[in-house]
Amino acid sequence: MTDVKTNTAETRMATSSDKKALVSIQGLRVWFELRRFGFGHAGWVRAVDGVSFDLAAGEAIAVVGESGCGKSSLMKTILGLYKPTEGDILFDGTKMSEYDRAKMRWYHSRVGYIQQDPYGALPPFMSIARILEEPLIVAGVKDKAEREQRIMKAMEEVKLTPQEDFLPKFPHMLSGGQQQRVVIARAMIMEPKLLVADEPVSMLDASVRVEILKLLRNLQENHNLSVIYITHDLATVSYFSERIFVMYAGKLVEKAKVQQLLHNALHPYTHALLAATSDPDAENATRFRDVPPGEPPSLVKPPAGCRFHPRCPKAIAGLCDKEDPPEFEPEPGHLVACWLYR
Amino acid sequence: MPKHEKLLQIKNLTLHFRTQKGDVQAVDGVDFELDYNRAVVILGESGCGKSSLAKAILRLLPRNVGKYAGSIIFEGNDVMQLSDEEYRQNVRWVAMSLVPQAAMNALNPVIRVGDQVAEPAVVHLGLSRNEALQPALKMFRHVGVPDDFIDRYPFELSGGMRQRVAIAMALVTSPALIILDEPTSALDVLTQANIFNVLKRIKQELGTSFILITHDIATSSELADDVAVMYAGQIVEVCDAKRFFHEPLHPYSQKLMASVPRLRQEKDPEFITGQPPSLINPPKGCRFAARCSKRFEKCDEEPPVIEQDGRKVKCWLYA
Amino acid sequence: MKAFLNTFREIGRYPSAIAGLVIIGILILVSVYALVTIPYDEAVRLWRGGEDIWYASPKTAPPAWFNFFSRKKQPVTLTLSSARGEAEREVVPGGADATDINLTYTFDYPYDDFPTELTFYFTSTFASKQPFVAIRWVTPDGRELRVADFGINARQTYRAVQDERLKRRLGGLSPEVGLFADPNSPDPENPVPLKGTYQIRIEGVVFEPDSDINAEFVMQGKLAGWAGTDHQRRDLMIPLLWGTPVALAFGLVASLGTGLLTMIIAALGVWYAGWVDELIQRITEINLVLPFLSILIMVGTFYSRSIWVILGVTILLSIFTGGIKSYRAIFMQIKETTYIEAARAYGASDMRIIFLYLIPRIIPVLIPGLISGIPSFVFLEASLAVLGLGDPVLPTWGKIINNAFSNGALYNGQYYWVLEPAALLMITGFAFAMLGFSLDRIFNPRLRGL
Repeated sequence: MTDVKTNTAETRMATSSDKKALVSIQGLRVWFELRRFGFGHAGWVRAVDGVSFDLAAGEAIAVVGESGCGKSSLMKTILGLYKPTEGDILFDGTKMSEYDRAKMRWYHSRVGYIQQDPYGALPPFMSIARILEEPLIVAGVKDKAEREQRIMKAMEEVKLTPQEDFLPKFPHMLSGGQQQRVVIARAMIMEPKLLVADEPVSMLDASVRVEILKLLRNLQENHNLSVIYITHDLATVSYFSERIFVMYAGKLVEKAKVQQLLHNALHPYTHALLAATSDPDAENATRFRDVPPGEPPSLVKPPAGCRFHPRCPKAIAGLCDKEDPPEFEPEPGHLVACWLYR
Repeated sequence: MPKHEKLLQIKNLTLHFRTQKGDVQAVDGVDFELDYNRAVVILGESGCGKSSLAKAILRLLPRNVGKYAGSIIFEGNDVMQLSDEEYRQNVRWVAMSLVPQAAMNALNPVIRVGDQVAEPAVVHLGLSRNEALQPALKMFRHVGVPDDFIDRYPFELSGGMRQRVAIAMALVTSPALIILDEPTSALDVLTQANIFNVLKRIKQELGTSFILITHDIATSSELADDVAVMYAGQIVEVCDAKRFFHEPLHPYSQKLMASVPRLRQEKDPEFITGQPPSLINPPKGCRFAARCSKRFEKCDEEPPVIEQDGRKVKCWLYA
Repeated sequence: MKAFLNTFREIGRYPSAIAGLVIIGILILVSVYALVTIPYDEAVRLWRGGEDIWYASPKTAPPAWFNFFSRKKQPVTLTLSSARGEAEREVVPGGADATDINLTYTFDYPYDDFPTELTFYFTSTFASKQPFVAIRWVTPDGRELRVADFGINARQTYRAVQDERLKRRLGGLSPEVGLFADPNSPDPENPVPLKGTYQIRIEGVVFEPDSDINAEFVMQGKLAGWAGTDHQRRDLMIPLLWGTPVALAFGLVASLGTGLLTMIIAALGVWYAGWVDELIQRITEINLVLPFLSILIMVGTFYSRSIWVILGVTILLSIFTGGIKSYRAIFMQIKETTYIEAARAYGASDMRIIFLYLIPRIIPVLIPGLISGIPSFVFLEASLAVLGLGDPVLPTWGKIINNAFSNGALYNGQYYWVLEPAALLMITGFAFAMLGFSLDRIFNPRLRGL
């Protein structure tokens, strides 16, 4: 019953948007089997448990959640690194589950991936030239001159200039910001349609952080990229994305436009996240912050009903702990999976 | 009642490391003071020497130390004059302790967390293992770890709980000062907020002083009474938190503040162009000059530390 | 390339690495020298040996340079051949059909001890009438002694030491003593040799116009050559020289083969996980409890002692050992690194990831290990040879020790026989160990600057 409701809400949202969806995620479940002694079933880790959304071409969304909420698994499934247990991902109208090897390779070249730790994301034994050439070789760009030309262009776009200075260097010779530019250049080198950015600035210094965020925003605008921005830091979200999805224990609990969410958050979990995010202010030191008690639930045995109910200050006894909340739409384009808005 | 005016006075503290390429001047003539029951934040970007400052204060030195000088006056005693053994017995963990960077991942995986928390009390206070479990349990309560976690192993705890255990470990000998090196950098927002609540409570209940070393300006305001900004091995500004977060003086501090993304803010944050200088051969004069938009001729000379209404700033603009 | 040069420059900062490299360089030069000057077939022939090859050497003689270190000079083996022009030849045409051929050998004898053997090897050409020779011995003080007179065949050997008549003529002294003894020795019971220039005159008579005589005089001393000789009169220089390339090749191939294969197999196991990994792990665990040396000995005893078979078995047995477990642990970490994840995200194939992303990462760990691993394989080969399982045809260091051992070298005080190959083994081990440890410091950043 709840599934039907979810779907109708989703369809409404999709039709309300004029843009054609580049990526459409439909009832996605990614479960990992737990094994005992290497065999024997010991349960499932429900990392992603029923996630649906559409992403229009040129649209940037942010997925916000704490570590262990399943946002990494969601991201890796979109990148084609994990197979969905249930549901499907449609890219440009084609089902990913039906891709053969060649089509999958094509898909990989359509999606760019920016990682959190730029130093770890770059093979330490390869020069920058080699690092940027690899995706081109893998994608089958045979012509050496073309590869070189594309490398130069990608480096130009991320402002790693003059290129000749950087090409022969190794990752450890670059600063954190420059390393992240190499990662971005690598993600952009196949001129993808979709960019998946996993906390792209959380390991960088404050002064560089903004520079990288702005670079990403320029790239998105210039190339009409769709972007999935994954983060736990709400403060950086508004520079970059149009919509925010809040993820908790494998589910998206709130989907809204950035300003809607920042000024009119609905889900109690989103409230908690916003309340815990600090802006620099000397007053902070004088007061305690409201933090919901407890910790996120285990994804092996999530609580029945709403997964946030054991920590929720507004939980409705007999409802929240029994039934999984469907998505409600209290205001246009603002979806929330919470019984408070029934 | 505090016996001395100041808890900690650091004067001209210098720590250089020898490397193949030359001496790295990680800490270069640092001065600051800290009162009883106050928290100072050392703000700085990676590579500015802030972690080395923590090592210098606690004398946790690597083997390639080139120069280690200056004075660290703790409750009126210059602890720099102590021998290594005296320092270990009387200062480290007894007077001040450290929550190192990524401490939650540095717990010994095969020892129960209770024993790990009790360990400093055994080593530094000479308690027996059973006696030491008493203060350990007390500190577990202060940091908000349930009593029965005392018998658990680190892998059974979440990141936030492990970080609390690491803090309890620094607290167990009841030092007057705790140095926190990036205590929340790898944690989620809710956990971060939780840890800062814990630190605030400790400060209130136990009267402990803190030196918080971090690059995260937004969360640093959760604990800060004073702020010291570090750039290229030197402290460029010291100020009380209220005025600092409102209007910092040093051009570097101003740019840092402008770079902080805020939750609900219309203005876009800015970034600082260029990179900090190498600490091996730092430029003469002001070390920030190359990136500074307010630079003028004077900046080629070493700027003095100027005192202005109880704030200190190392910049020619205020001379 | 630049990284390689940097590594090389870095090596320059470690004296032990330089010492190791210099020794390895010398060993390689020796190998090349051995391979060029003594081709394989020749080496095998010389090593197989026999009287006709090594007749000119004494048995179990220490090397000639022993004299540098002792005050009492021992006689060094001497060979003088008229065929090689080392004798003065005088042809005096005599009567109708007789011609005198006189061969005069001159040599210095500065030694404090007597030689072991004195032998004359005659060769002559004639149709039916045997030539006749008379051997005369002229001492430094001008005495002329008659050694022997006899007719010779096409090949004739005269061993003075076994000539009882000569012994009688010399007053009962054994010829090798009597011919050299100083007549004015203070103690006639213990004669001392007379130092100076000796002459041997061979007065030959041939009875046919085309007939000719040649003679080679061999005085077998108590010392011989640069390395000494073994119980079969073989010059130890042959196995010492040839043992070098054999040892280096065995060590290098075994270490490299083991290291690379271990790494590749470990990488495959980690990457594919599942049953591939399980299989590799189980094979390793089984192999770990199998006795390595015993299997090698069984192979050597029952199948083949060829060095190549032993090499192959050694590599095979060394792959699935602890190394695979430690590589596996390292690969497990690398597999989880985000740069591998990035490579998967842009669609790199499994093989590409294994060979271009996983394996290159641990090359810095691998290289020092490979270098330091070489000596253990060199020692293994030597140990097998010592146990009598050396290659049947190749001369090697281990075989020398094996021979020395079975001929009681240490019991007889012939230390050189054992110490020479042992010293080479040790030097080889030292060189690779010194280089390997230095490389470890260079490649392993955690050990840097200590």
